[in-house]
Amino acid sequence: MTSVADWAEPNPVTENRSGVIGKGVDRYEGALKVSGTAPYAYDTVAPSPPAIGVLVTASIPRGRVTSVDVAAAEAAPGVQLVWSHLNAPKQAPRGARANPRSQRASNPALASDRVEYFGQTIAFVVADTFENARAAADLVKVEYAPEPAVVDFLASFDQATLPPDEEDVHIGDFPGAYGAAPVTIDETYFSPLQNHVQMEPCATVAWWEGDKVTVHTSIQMVKGGQHALAETLAIPSTDVHLLTRYIGGGFGGKGQPYDDLILSALAARALGRPVKVAYTRQQMFHGTIHRPAVSMRVRLGAEPNGRLTAFAVEAVTHCARAATFTEHAANFSRNLYAAPNRLTGHRLVRMDLPHAGPMRAPGEAPGMLSLECAMDELAEKLGLDPIELRIRNEPDIDPETGKPFSIRQLVRCMTEGAQRFGWERRNPVPGQVRDGRWMVGMGMAAAIRGNFLLPAKAGVRIDADGTITLRQGMTDIGTGTYTILAQITAETMGVPLSQVKVEIGDSDFPPAPGSGGQFGAATAGSAAFEAGMNLRRALTELAVGDPNSPLYGGPAEYVTFENGVIAIENRSETLAALVARAAPDGVYVEGSIAPAADARDYSQHTYGAHFAEVGVNMVTGEVRMRKMFGVFAAGRILNAKTAKSQITGGMIWGVGTALTESNAVDPRFGSFVAQDMAEYLAPVHADIVDLDAMFLDEADDKANPMGIKGVGELGIAGAGAAIANAIYNATGVRLRDYPMTPDKVLAGLMAKGL
Amino acid sequence: MRTTITVNGTAQTLDVDPRTTLLDALREHLGLTGSKKGCDHGQCGACTVLVNGVRINSCLSILAMHDGDQVTTIEGLGQPGALHPVQQAFLERDALQCGYCTPGQICSTVGMLQEAADGWASRETADLTAGISLTDAEIRERMSGNICRCSAYPQILAAIRDLAGEPA
Repeated sequence: MTSVADWAEPNPVTENRSGVIGKGVDRYEGALKVSGTAPYAYDTVAPSPPAIGVLVTASIPRGRVTSVDVAAAEAAPGVQLVWSHLNAPKQAPRGARANPRSQRASNPALASDRVEYFGQTIAFVVADTFENARAAADLVKVEYAPEPAVVDFLASFDQATLPPDEEDVHIGDFPGAYGAAPVTIDETYFSPLQNHVQMEPCATVAWWEGDKVTVHTSIQMVKGGQHALAETLAIPSTDVHLLTRYIGGGFGGKGQPYDDLILSALAARALGRPVKVAYTRQQMFHGTIHRPAVSMRVRLGAEPNGRLTAFAVEAVTHCARAATFTEHAANFSRNLYAAPNRLTGHRLVRMDLPHAGPMRAPGEAPGMLSLECAMDELAEKLGLDPIELRIRNEPDIDPETGKPFSIRQLVRCMTEGAQRFGWERRNPVPGQVRDGRWMVGMGMAAAIRGNFLLPAKAGVRIDADGTITLRQGMTDIGTGTYTILAQITAETMGVPLSQVKVEIGDSDFPPAPGSGGQFGAATAGSAAFEAGMNLRRALTELAVGDPNSPLYGGPAEYVTFENGVIAIENRSETLAALVARAAPDGVYVEGSIAPAADARDYSQHTYGAHFAEVGVNMVTGEVRMRKMFGVFAAGRILNAKTAKSQITGGMIWGVGTALTESNAVDPRFGSFVAQDMAEYLAPVHADIVDLDAMFLDEADDKANPMGIKGVGELGIAGAGAAIANAIYNATGVRLRDYPMTPDKVLAGLMAKGL
Repeated sequence: MRTTITVNGTAQTLDVDPRTTLLDALREHLGLTGSKKGCDHGQCGACTVLVNGVRINSCLSILAMHDGDQVTTIEGLGQPGALHPVQQAFLERDALQCGYCTPGQICSTVGMLQEAADGWASRETADLTAGISLTDAEIRERMSGNICRCSAYPQILAAIRDLAGEPA
C-alpha cells in the first residue's frame, strides 16, 4: 500500500515542465457549450423518436393513495400508458441489493400506496408528444387517506434524537470551563431549508436493445446510477449502459437516481420504443433532495486575552422519516479553533417532508453561518479585531484529534485577504459609516472544508496518430473535470493539450466516484495521472525494446517525454512515430488511485477567508453586497481560470444564503412555499457587484501525488457569515436568522430607534 | 396547425399541436436543442432566443404566434471553429460552468447589446435623453433575467465588458 511519503517524490505534474498545470486554459468542452451543441441528457437523439413521460405527484404529505382513476387519462389523445402503484411493473423492493457490490440499492418508483412526502411520484403518463402527455397527466384523478404529518421543524425539537451510529464529542470539561469563563457567548443561529435549483431539471432518455438498456441521464455518480437502475429492475449491471456526458449543474442534488431514470427505462421496455422523462421545475423542488434547515447553538468561553477555554457547537436538523441523512453542521468546528474543553454534536428530527440530502458543502455551508458570527460577536465583546481573535485561537495541531495538519494556511488567508481587501478601512464601532441612505459595513469570516481522496480508476490510450485519449466513468457538472483531466494527461505524457482527448460520463469506462464532496478533481485526476504514468512505462518498454527505435537498448530510466517526443538525451522520436511503427493498434493501459495507508494520520482541509462590504438601506432594510473578496488555500491549482470560476461561484452561493435564499414549509400541505425560480431567490446578475478571489501558492503533498485539493465547496463555506458580520458592522443590528431579508433588517433597525 | 418560420436563415413549415411552445418546436421538432428548458415559466432565461432580432423567452411563446417570424437560436449565432464574438468572449472569460444557461445568456447578450445601441432605457438609466452608456450596473440590470446557478456572473460581466467596450 502506498504511503503519503511516496507522493512527495517529484513527478511530471509537480515538475510541470510544459507549464500546462495551473494554466488558465479554456474549458475543454467550452466551444460545444457556448454553441449549444453539447448534448445534455434530454437533448440526446434516440435511435427512433421517443415517447414522452410525465410524472404525476402527490398533494398530501403523508397517507395512502386510496384510488387512482386513470380512465380519462388513458382515453386522452396519444396516450400510450398510465401507471400507478396498482399496475406499475414489478421492481425490486426499496433497499434491495442483489449484488452486494452494488454502490446503490434498488430505488423503485410507484412501489406502493404509501405517500411519504408532498410531491412524491404517484402516477406516470406516457404519450406520443409532450403536449399530450402533459394534458393527460392532469386527467389522472387520485384520492387519498391522509394521515397526521410532522412538517413544522421548529415546533418538533422535542422529537429530536441522536443521528444513527453517532455520539456527541466531549473533550475535556466543557460545562466546567464554560461556567468558569470570564467572557462568554451563548447564541442560537438558524439557517433555512434551501434548494439546489440546478439550471437543468433531472432528465433521462432510455431505450432497449434486447436485454440491454441504454440511459442518457443527468447524474453526478455514474456507477451509482448504473447500479441503482440494475438493482431496481433486477437485471445485471452489465445490462445497463449509463451515459451522463454533460450535466446542467448538480451541487449534490444529482448524486442519486430519481424516478425519471427508473420510469423511463421501465416504460421504454414496456412500449418497445425510447422514452424520455424530465422533471418540471416545480417537481424538482419536492421530488429531489434539499438542504435541511439547521438550528445551531454556539457557546464560547474565553479568557480576556481572547483564548478560547470552552467551545460548543450543537446542531438540530431534520430529514425524511424513513431516511438517515444528517446535515453535519457541527463537524467543521471540530478542526477549526483551539480550545481545550469542547462539545460538538447533532440532533435529528424525522419529518414528513421530501428527502433532505447533500447540497454544496453539506455541513460547512449552514454550519459556518453560526460559529463565524459567534466569533465576530466574541471579538466585539473582547474588544479584539475578528482576525486577531482567530489568530489567537489558531491551533498547532488538530484541536479534536491531536493529529498534525497536512498543511494549514488559514492565518495567511486572513492576513493576505485583509491587506488586499482594505480591512483597515473598517470602523470597529458598528453603525458609523454612511453613504446617503446606505449604512455601510465590513465583515469577515474564515472558511474550512475537508479534503478527500477516494479510490478511482482511469484508462488512457495512445493511437497511431499520437492522439492520447483519457477515459473515465467520471462526470463534469460544470466543475471543469474535462479540462483538468486533459491538462493532467497532457503534462504527464509531455504532449500538447491539442493532442489529448477526454471521454467521461460512461459506465463502460473505468470507474471514478463522480462529482461530490469536492473530491472530484483530486480523485479522478489522481487516477488519470496514474494511468498516464503507466502509459509512460508501457511506451518506454516499447521503445527501448524495439530495434527500430532510436531509443533501443535504453537505459529506460533516462527516458523523457516532452513536446510529444520520447527521448533518451539526443536519441528521440515522436510518440506518434513510435506507436505507428511498434504498436499500430495503439496502446491502452489503466491506472488507479487509493487513499494512502497513512493518510488518516493527518488532518487535511482546504482553507480560506472571506471579506465583505455591504450597504444597508436605512429606509427599506434592503442589504446590497458592495464588494467581496476571498483568499483560499486549496493545494496546487490545476487551472487558474476554472478554479477561480468555481470558487467565486461558491462565494455567490454564500451571498444568496445570507440575503435571499430560503424555502418555507406550508404547514397545511407539507409543501414548499417556493416551487419555482421566481419564488426561490437564487442570486441574479444585479445582486453581484465587485466580487473576486485569489488562491495562495500551495501544494499539499499529503493529499495525493499531485498535491491538489478540491475547490468546489470551499467557496461557500463561511461566505454568508462574512455578509452577516458586515450587516452588523454597518448597522449594529445582529441578526441570527438567515437569510437576512428586509423585514428582519428593518425590524432590527426600528428596535434600535433607527 | 401549420406555421412557417425562418430559423437561422432557413424557412421551416411545421404542422404541430397548437399547444406547442416556440421552445418545444425548436427542440423537439427542429432538433435545435441548444435552447434549454430550465423552468418553462419564463423565470430563468435558459430558453432565450432572438425573434426578429429581439430577445424573448421562447418557453413563454406559442409557436403559432410566430408565423412569418425570423428566429435566431444559439446554433445560428456560431459553431465551433466559427464562433460568434459573444460566444468567443464567453469561452475566453470562462463565463460558463455547467453550460446549461449559457445559450440563453449568449442570445440574451446579443439582444441586450442591440437594445442598448438602439437607446432602450433600463432601471439603471439615469438620463433618458442621452445615449445608453453600458456601465457595469447597466449590464447587470439588463442581464438579470438570465439566471446562472453556477454563478458565473463576474465572468459573464467580464465577457460582455470585452464586447461592450468601456462605458461612455
